[in-house]
Amino acid sequence: MGKVIVVTSGKGGVGKTTSTAALGAALAQRNEKVVVVDFDVGLRNLDLVMGAERRVVYDLVNVIQGDAKLPQALIRDKRLETLFLLPASQTRDKDNLTPEGVEQVINELKRYFDWVICDSPAGIERGATLAMRHADVAVVVTNPEVSSVRDSDRIIGLLDSKTLKAERGERMEKHLLLTRYDATRAERGDMLKVDDVLEILSIPLLGIIPESTDVLRASNIGAPVTLADARSAPAMAYFEAARRLAGEALPVSIPGEKRGLLSKIFTRRAA
Amino acid sequence: MTEVLTDSRSIRIKGRSFLAVVLSPDLPLDDWLARLDDLAKRSAGFFLGRPVVLDVTDLGLDRIQLKDLIASLGERNVSVMGVEGARPSAIGPGMPPALKGGRPAPDVEVTESEATLEAPQPAAAQPIITEAPRQTLQSLVIREPVRSGQSIVFTEGDVTVVGSVASGAEVIAGGSVHIYGALRGRAMAGAVGNAGARIFCRKLEAELVAIDGVYKMAEDLDPALLGQPVQLWLDGDAIIAEKLI
Ligand SMILES: Nc1ncnc2c1ncn2[C@@H]1O[C@H](COP(=O)(O)OP(=O)(O)OP(=O)(O)O)[C@@H](O)[C@H]1O
Ligand SMILES: [Mg+2]
Repeated sequence: MGKVIVVTSGKGGVGKTTSTAALGAALAQRNEKVVVVDFDVGLRNLDLVMGAERRVVYDLVNVIQGDAKLPQALIRDKRLETLFLLPASQTRDKDNLTPEGVEQVINELKRYFDWVICDSPAGIERGATLAMRHADVAVVVTNPEVSSVRDSDRIIGLLDSKTLKAERGERMEKHLLLTRYDATRAERGDMLKVDDVLEILSIPLLGIIPESTDVLRASNIGAPVTLADARSAPAMAYFEAARRLAGEALPVSIPGEKRGLLSKIFTRRAA
Repeated sequence: MTEVLTDSRSIRIKGRSFLAVVLSPDLPLDDWLARLDDLAKRSAGFFLGRPVVLDVTDLGLDRIQLKDLIASLGERNVSVMGVEGARPSAIGPGMPPALKGGRPAPDVEVTESEATLEAPQPAAAQPIITEAPRQTLQSLVIREPVRSGQSIVFTEGDVTVVGSVASGAEVIAGGSVHIYGALRGRAMAGAVGNAGARIFCRKLEAELVAIDGVYKMAEDLDPALLGQPVQLWLDGDAIIAEKLI
């Protein structure tokens, strides 16, 4: 049985879709079978970031309503043969997602894939709660700013109460993915510090993804950043995050912190 | 024109709990009223001055029937302070408000001075309470952070949080509030009237603190205390905050 991961945040535009695609492609490059599922019905985006928008025939809502079988709706990636996309509907209403339908689809996907990665819509409404409902693991995407951290905190509360795991009295595994981290702005004190975010949210850190134009460039050519330019800083950070997700214990380095560490050493010596 | 507040005292908003007598009529209502009359005859004035809640769950009364029932009770000097279990459409203007969320209290017998000894007939109103039983001190321990959007309400006693209370979260306690972490949201101690309740936290970054209905907003807090371990208590009408050593 595969693992179901929800990529969620509360706040919009923090990098959920970017992260779903990047982590999915990173895991698939380890030869594991991965499906990324777009739950953002009405505002679908994952197909664009995956470069599959012209290949969408059937979608999640079609499968739930019985208009198509699951294999008909799955789109295999052109570059990685273990990577698949289950797109969302751009035209349907999100009320077409029923809890029973979602459960059936997720259970079926779990049988075929090692990883089922669900890209949640923003907000705390139905779409977001349905996307998290069947998850085994949550990746909470947060930007180092106050409003994003607060929304993530709210989402963590929902993960601990509104999911099947929570209702069964089990613990939902939660990881923090800090994205759009800007080292120069952090140095200037314009952003929350990593330690502060970790202290507020008190969940383990999966990785820190730097703010980078490589992300936009990748999405413009319709490729997850971990496929478009595997040597770029955000791609390397996503590769490491994927390894941690798969259970490896890797220390997290803070982008641009080398100088910070050095100056810390010097102050200690002077004192 | 700008409004000028001449009196700068803040308005106190308090909760208060009363033990209400709950009357749960059964059908047919005429029979039930007859039994009530019988009880009233034997313990005259029992309902005088008591808060009475009318529980009409499962009776399926419409607005007219409910109004009649309340009027019939009024004729017997039973004044209803609230109605539980009625359809929303059955409650109209001028009628007692709908209540919900009541917690059951222990049943207490009708005392002998109020009921004559030769009254074996079961009383229609079951929990008849002459004096609130002495409350035992209670406490609620939350072992995890209280997340934004969550609300912990515990009016029976103290609340202890082993973790932080997030911005946008709140803890409301009848007794004191103890937070072994940062208080970034709201904490309200003594929420049902208890001026002796206190708030303790390991790191004060609160959005609002209140004790016994007196509150302070973030900007009213001494900036020197922000980020510090602090206890807060009430001195008259003022919240005093002091660093914990
Ligand atoms: N590390 C990064 N560096 C620079 N830009 C980024 C980074 N991560 C995401 N972005 C950009 O931020 C924007 C929002 O990203 P994305 O669509 O992944 O967010 P989302 O959380 O899925 O948004 P929504 O809530 O609308 O679904 C996109 O334009 C994306 O290219
Ligand atoms: Mg998105």
